[in-house]
Amino acid sequence: MADIVLDKVSKSFPDGTVAVQDVDLEIADGEFVILVGPSGCGKSTTLNMIAGLEDISSGELRIAGQRVNDKAPRDRDIAMVFQSYALYPNMTVRENMAFPLRLAKLDKETIDRKVDEAAKVLELTSLLDRKPANLSGGQRQRVAMGRAIVRQPKAFLMDEPLSNLDAKLRVQMRTVVSRLQKQLGTTTVYVTHDQTEAMTLGDRVVIMRGGAVQQVGPPQELYDHPKNLFVAGFIGSPSMNFLHAAVQDGELHTALGKVPIGDRVRRELESADAPRELILGIRPEHFEDAELVDDDTRRRGMEFEAPVDIVESMGSDKYVYFTVEGEKASAAELEELAADAGAADFAGAGGNLVTRLSAESPVAEGQTRRVWFNLEKIHLFDPANGRNLTLHEGRAAGALAD
Amino acid sequence: MSINATPTGADVAADETSESTGRHATVPTQRGGRRKPPLSENKKAERRLGLLLCAPAALVMIAVTAYPIIYSVWLSLQRFDLRFPDQREFIGLENYVTVLTNEFWWTAFGVTMLITVVTVAVELVLGMGLAIIMHRTLVGRGLVRTSALIPYGIVTVVAAFSWRYAWTPGTGYLADLFSDGAPLTERASSLAIIMLAEIWKTTPFMALLLMAGLALVPEDLLKAASTDGATAWQKFTKVMLPVMKPAILVALLFRTLDAFRVFDNIFVLTAGGNETSSVSMLAYNNLIRGLNLGIGSTMSVLIFITVAIIAFVFVKLFGTAAPGSDDGERR
Repeated sequence: MADIVLDKVSKSFPDGTVAVQDVDLEIADGEFVILVGPSGCGKSTTLNMIAGLEDISSGELRIAGQRVNDKAPRDRDIAMVFQSYALYPNMTVRENMAFPLRLAKLDKETIDRKVDEAAKVLELTSLLDRKPANLSGGQRQRVAMGRAIVRQPKAFLMDEPLSNLDAKLRVQMRTVVSRLQKQLGTTTVYVTHDQTEAMTLGDRVVIMRGGAVQQVGPPQELYDHPKNLFVAGFIGSPSMNFLHAAVQDGELHTALGKVPIGDRVRRELESADAPRELILGIRPEHFEDAELVDDDTRRRGMEFEAPVDIVESMGSDKYVYFTVEGEKASAAELEELAADAGAADFAGAGGNLVTRLSAESPVAEGQTRRVWFNLEKIHLFDPANGRNLTLHEGRAAGALAD
Repeated sequence: MSINATPTGADVAADETSESTGRHATVPTQRGGRRKPPLSENKKAERRLGLLLCAPAALVMIAVTAYPIIYSVWLSLQRFDLRFPDQREFIGLENYVTVLTNEFWWTAFGVTMLITVVTVAVELVLGMGLAIIMHRTLVGRGLVRTSALIPYGIVTVVAAFSWRYAWTPGTGYLADLFSDGAPLTERASSLAIIMLAEIWKTTPFMALLLMAGLALVPEDLLKAASTDGATAWQKFTKVMLPVMKPAILVALLFRTLDAFRVFDNIFVLTAGGNETSSVSMLAYNNLIRGLNLGIGSTMSVLIFITVAIIAFVFVKLFGTAAPGSDDGERR
């Protein structure tokens, strides 16, 4: 077990592409860190560099305080789990799991004991004599995990280990991975493109974009206090709604009406180079059917009316899609997020407003509904650089903060 | 689907029958009194269409392979020498006795086996090296691959002639370099040169087949082996080779069958002199030059049988199958 430190680690290819740029990251001993981001953001490259499967162009990588830049993977004492599981097809489950131990030249008894232990933990005992070809996806995944844990390495590196499983199994395996990591207390770096996995699994989440780290923090912090537009849009499902907001006479003109702003944001906007146009972000759960809001809450937000497009009843609450008029929010980050999620999944920047209302709301498709939203939970972003203007000392304070 | 874990010949035979039963299970035959439900009209029509669609290919196969094979078997059972056409008569297996008790045949057989084993073994090693080079090259990949394949692209006879001139004293650069005599006039050196020519010529083919096998090894598997603590050599022997096994066996099968029929290099280099004839040379000498259709055909049939045995051993005992197919141990 060990801590892992990335000190200005970069990766550039001979043709000049920079895959990873100056990543600084300190992973504590026993910590579970998730690297997440859209495809091509450099997360897998970063993981491969930690594993030693990819050279580090510049910067320093330390595992347990030791510089390992020039060490071969086999000398780094790390175990890796691959998306494709990478099980040796010619070996049985037992042989697969014993492989790293055999290479480490352990005696047969120790190997058998360790493999049996790991098999028990992962409920693989009855499958030990099978070949990978005769296992289901979930079983293969567990064997891959087993091969990683038998060795008790300094760290686990997982490269989208659950992405090849179907949705239900993925949720199941998520808890298996999480429990296993807690049990073993081994430092783990986990790469995924799935923000749900990132939110549910990690102690800390590292959000990457274009080879650079955007924000590092516990999942809830990233959710509540996103540093920039990209983080805000990437974390959360359904994603945050983004609206175009024009600054005019100390107010924000948006498709939802005129939104008042507090002193702090106003001061920020008074400087000479402050943007005249902003992007207003608000999460679906910060909307509510205006009928269901009590007076006390009502005062903290404002209301608007819009035609209901689609109602999706989830039982516990309702996802209601509204059509809103007005200019669309546009920024490079939003385009990237939309491209990554597929236009259908990322409604955030479109003319659609996704809201999560109480199940009691009598809202029906086709009607025009009055909706309340919480001004304290609003984020304002600078479209030029994506910075969250409502963030004050790392905390999001909403538009009204003084 | 293949059978590869059958250790003995008896088992193979047993397996063979059980497999054929299995394979024909869908055919509506009355077996052991058990009656299969009659086929629906639809199924019958489908089967008829299937047979019709197979017919052209089957006919062509019969015309170009089955007929010549049967005809040469027929010829091999006769005394039939074109120089003495009047003496033609059916003599059963007498020709086989003649050939199989003849020392020329066994010398040629030994030479052929030697050439086959040595060339295939050397080609496997060199071919693997070449395949890895071609697979791993990042710069000038096309150039490397093309140049590696040149020997295979040259007509064997042309290449054989160039080897012959090279080893001819006086004119050849190799003869002057490596020996004072005429290497192609001595048995050992002749065989060595024949094998060298064979290896030079067909290693690229081996490499090409093995390269297809290399492409089957997933990159992740090698990465996994690296993180599991394998050295480069361990990665090669413990991960790559087992995964490539089907491709290696196919390559070996092709090359063994090919090598066993070695002809052109010997024909050009030594013309079979100094006991360097292969069985194919011998068959050619008897059949075409000697005009002895009976004995010549007997030899061809014997070659055919040997080749069939080699193929059988590869397919049934080693479990050679199409690259990438499952190893048949599904339960």
